Amino acid sequence: MNNILSSFILVPLLMMLVLFFCKNMQQVRSTMVSGASILLLLTAYLSYMFVQERAISSEEMLFVSNTMWYPSLNIQYSVGVDGISILMIILTSVIIFTGVFSSWNMDMAKEYFLWYCLLAIGVYGFFISLDLFTMFLFYELALIPMYLLIGVWGTGKKEYSAMKLTLMLMGGSAFLLIGILGIYYTSGHTSMNILELANMHIPIEQQYWIFPATFLGFGVLGALFPFHTWSPDGHASAPTAVSMLHAGVLMKLGGYGCFRVAINLMPEAAQELSWIFLILTGISVVYGALSAVVQTDLKYINAYSSVSHCGLVLFALLMLNKTAMTGAVLQMLSHGLMTALFFALIGLIYGRTHTRDIRQMGGLMKIMPFASVCYVIAGLASLGLPSLSGFVAEMTIFVGSFQHDDMFRRVLTVAATCSIVITAVYILRTVGKILYGPVLDESHLKLSDATWYEKVSAVSLIVCIVAIGIYPSVFFNLIGDSLAPIISRLSIL
Amino acid sequence: MEFTLLILLLPIVLFLILGLAGHKMKPLFAGLVGTLGMLTITVLAYFTAYKYFFVEGKVGGVFQELIPFSFEWLRFTDNLHIDLGILLDPISVMMLVVITTVSLMVHIYSLAYMQGEKGFQRYFAYLSLFSFSMLGLVVATNIFQMYIFWELVGVSSYLLIGFYYTKPSAVSASKKAFIVTRFADLGFLLGILVLSYYTGTFDFGQLTADHASLVVNSTAGASFMGLSIASLAMALIFMGGAGKSAMFPLHIWLPDAMEGPTPVSALIHAATMVVAGVYLVARLFPVYFFAAPDILNMIAYIGAFTAIFAALIAITQTDIKRVLAFSTISQIAYMMVALGVSGYGDHDGLGYMASMFHLFTHAFFKALLFLGAGSVIHAVHSNEMKDMGNLRKFMPITHITFLIACLSIAGIPPFSGFFSKDEILAAAFHHDKFLFASLWIVAGLTAFYMFRLYFNIFWGKTKEYAGAHKPHESPWQMSFPLLFLAFLSIVTGFIPFSSFVSTDNIGFDAHIDWSIAASGIGVALLGIAGAVVLYMKGGDKPAELAKSFGGFYTATLNKFYLDEVWMFITKSIIFKWICMPIAWFDKNVIDAAFDALASITQKIAYAIRGFQSGQIQFYAWVFVVGTLAIATYALLNE
Amino acid sequence: MIPMEHYLVVSTLMFFIGVYGFITRRNILAILISLELMLNAVEINFAVFNRYLFPGSMEGMFFTLFGIAITAAETAISIAIIINVYRNIQCINVRSMNKLKN
Repeated sequence: MNNILSSFILVPLLMMLVLFFCKNMQQVRSTMVSGASILLLLTAYLSYMFVQERAISSEEMLFVSNTMWYPSLNIQYSVGVDGISILMIILTSVIIFTGVFSSWNMDMAKEYFLWYCLLAIGVYGFFISLDLFTMFLFYELALIPMYLLIGVWGTGKKEYSAMKLTLMLMGGSAFLLIGILGIYYTSGHTSMNILELANMHIPIEQQYWIFPATFLGFGVLGALFPFHTWSPDGHASAPTAVSMLHAGVLMKLGGYGCFRVAINLMPEAAQELSWIFLILTGISVVYGALSAVVQTDLKYINAYSSVSHCGLVLFALLMLNKTAMTGAVLQMLSHGLMTALFFALIGLIYGRTHTRDIRQMGGLMKIMPFASVCYVIAGLASLGLPSLSGFVAEMTIFVGSFQHDDMFRRVLTVAATCSIVITAVYILRTVGKILYGPVLDESHLKLSDATWYEKVSAVSLIVCIVAIGIYPSVFFNLIGDSLAPIISRLSIL
Repeated sequence: MEFTLLILLLPIVLFLILGLAGHKMKPLFAGLVGTLGMLTITVLAYFTAYKYFFVEGKVGGVFQELIPFSFEWLRFTDNLHIDLGILLDPISVMMLVVITTVSLMVHIYSLAYMQGEKGFQRYFAYLSLFSFSMLGLVVATNIFQMYIFWELVGVSSYLLIGFYYTKPSAVSASKKAFIVTRFADLGFLLGILVLSYYTGTFDFGQLTADHASLVVNSTAGASFMGLSIASLAMALIFMGGAGKSAMFPLHIWLPDAMEGPTPVSALIHAATMVVAGVYLVARLFPVYFFAAPDILNMIAYIGAFTAIFAALIAITQTDIKRVLAFSTISQIAYMMVALGVSGYGDHDGLGYMASMFHLFTHAFFKALLFLGAGSVIHAVHSNEMKDMGNLRKFMPITHITFLIACLSIAGIPPFSGFFSKDEILAAAFHHDKFLFASLWIVAGLTAFYMFRLYFNIFWGKTKEYAGAHKPHESPWQMSFPLLFLAFLSIVTGFIPFSSFVSTDNIGFDAHIDWSIAASGIGVALLGIAGAVVLYMKGGDKPAELAKSFGGFYTATLNKFYLDEVWMFITKSIIFKWICMPIAWFDKNVIDAAFDALASITQKIAYAIRGFQSGQIQFYAWVFVVGTLAIATYALLNE
Repeated sequence: MIPMEHYLVVSTLMFFIGVYGFITRRNILAILISLELMLNAVEINFAVFNRYLFPGSMEGMFFTLFGIAITAAETAISIAIIINVYRNIQCINVRSMNKLKN
């Protein structure tokens, strides 16, 4: 376990341990802030090391380490990263860091952060795993805390939402488990290791049912139509930081899983069956955006917008060419950051106005200029303003998808492209209603602007969004290198 | 010419400074920082123009396409990559001059006009952002760079229209502007996708080189729904241009955009951003001409229709800024027609040259009109004509400069508008008589509504301005730009434009065709005479005339109900019949299906839970009976 | 010597009396007693089988002793629980002990 990757699991574990001994809010906060900062630094160090190592190594995965876990079943604790996992880890660290600041004043903070750390372990573990079983284990580990975090600390009809979210995602993971077992037994070599499996051939007849099972299993978490309904309710009820983590990182587990397991291990079926899922994801993209137009609850708007944006991730992955897949990864990153920013700001506004109904707010720009400006930036990122991350991701997806020689895929791309107009409609509608115009509620006039910890959270997210938007080529190279082996596997066919 | 990079860098730096630290500065200081920055940029742009047109640009009688700076920003595939760079050719350099000049004038003007407004610093930050985006747009080396800056321009326009964000009308106008142009941009984007799919490049140079042979060859034979691919792509790209340049039926956002501060209307919605569509078509002109001539023809007809349509509406409007807005739509349509009727090479490319020439002259006199209108609004605190009248005595400078601009737009020699308009009429005359006739009528209408505006503001009824608040001439910060632009409106017509701008970048001599010029002047004078009769003295004549037109008058007053039509489509059809049902479907079908699944599971569980009573004795009883049954069974089968 | 069957008849009777009591009784003390009857029946069997089938070894006897010890401990705990239950609800009828449900 003397591996840098495992420290991403150890640090949150240590944080949990320290949290046990914390006595007051002050100690809890300092533990969390320092822990999250350590994770950030660790991520920076890892990225640096990765770039160094990548220059001299041509391995598909770096920092690989295996520890036998259940020898009789050939299950290993096996970790390793490529450029895509690195980006996901960066995203996770940033959002965990900002999430801490966004949950500054929590009731029962100690218990809350204990679950929060457990969630972090699950997410990190998932992204570094190279073993299907370990991956599945961490995946489940990330889902459990979600139930409690929403059920206990949420708002509104939280029990219902928490239950719905957990049940639907568990339903998805049942499919997933079937798929994993299918891979385990049909690959001809009872192995769970993704690297080994990738070079092995799963019989095509078996792929026909394993691919849909795994894709659907992960797709539920990636808000695949029609299994997305947990997302609006779940996000609306969750406390701020949990919404951030959930929409920002957890939904990316779905996209990452689809990519790493379903497409990577079963390229033939991916090519044969992608049309079904392309239609579903295409529906997600447009349908989510259209639903967002008529919502009145800020969190619902954002949740449906997430359905649309995450739909685009899966959509681009299924295009199975390098550019579109690069765009998909960028979209994961970009959506994670901006949706986290959105939820942080919605939490901020809700914490002050005690309403999320856009009809009851107005003129907030005058009352809380800082928060409002950040909200506008998040909105612009979401509708794809050049120089912010959303533009780069979406354009890469559209250009990549349209390069397909298949007419069907190009027509679908055109349909998906329409979402950029609809996005503009709901974003501007929201911004116009809540930020601009006269102040609707006199009692809002004495509300305060963002506090320093909320500013830290918002500013760090904006910095990341702008960084991706202005200088995307570094991310491009990182993703491109990691996609190369998969693309070559796809193109052999 | 590497220093041209500064033209792009300075405004973005200014934006960052003013945007991030502006609220800490004194308003006036922030304004001065912005204005001086803009002055530097303007000087650089003029220097670029000088160097390009007179020193470096011309090699062997042909204006070269110089790319002093370019780097690869993003590589999509082996062929497709977005470069960010600077392309200098006659039209982009010409645009640099136009944008920086008008922008500088607007900066100076705003120092006084926006004085005391809340968010003065923010205003200047937005102006810098806009200048940056617009400059980036015109120097784009490839179509995707243009799209990037195209979007940025849209956003800065959105921010500036919504500058008075507490005013609901401004907010909805900014929203409308953004969404309508965004919808058009969708077409632009799709056009780029189609074009790049077939040609494998974004680069303007490669697309237009050699009579656009790349486009012609790569799309040969391919067609989609009866339209050749090249036509389809170019029509989609034109859709983007039509959105920004307010061509019918996508023009509805522009009149509403007048909710923004008046200097902004002068800069964005009169002189620079709205001509981006014209610029786009001009930039891709060889592709249009050689690969999609049918679309070029369509552009001419759309332009002609828009020109008449907007001119008719302009006649009846009472808000002076709206009159100017419709006049802008009409004039831009003029430029579009000119492009549409243009040929390629030497004197055949007269329309192309005329279009760019009109863009150039129009920018100055339209900015002047808007700034003049701003000066009037500043004095009487109203946009409505009925609150004005007889102002020539109070505001002499504004009056004179406004008159110069009106004469210029009406096409009276020797003002600049005459020269450019005459070239357009000539180009149209040689191409299509019908188009010429429509343009000719529009010329008359233009003269009429501009002088209606002029007389209503400066002449007419001797209005008493109540006591203490007499209209007064504006301060020098506002008068100076008026005078400077008036000067430009007089002299720019004499520039031998055709020796600088032409389709094949080889200058040619365009001479004035006096028979066409005479007809143009004649119809303009007719329009002016009409306005003199009806409006110079005020009175009831206009109202009677309006009554005699009846329904037609009401229709034009209401802009032919196009706003209502769009409202109906968006609100009633899209919102009510698409979005609402989808949201309903999501809640009551999909979500309900999962809830039903859950509740069925729960019902079954309730039904069978009676067996799990928790009574150990019952379990033991079942256990014993079960054991006995199995034992008996086993014994019997032994 | 008494034949083995006699012992077995006694223990079987004891066991099924215990079973009957365990299932039918509502008084928790009676249930406990029934339980003891069953356990003791089993212990008799251990002792008997050991004595008759493997006279040389002592495992059955030891097991019986263990069983008796465990029974004693179990009874002690049960009685303690029952007393506590009685203190709480003034009743030792099993039907009324349903507070932990739901």
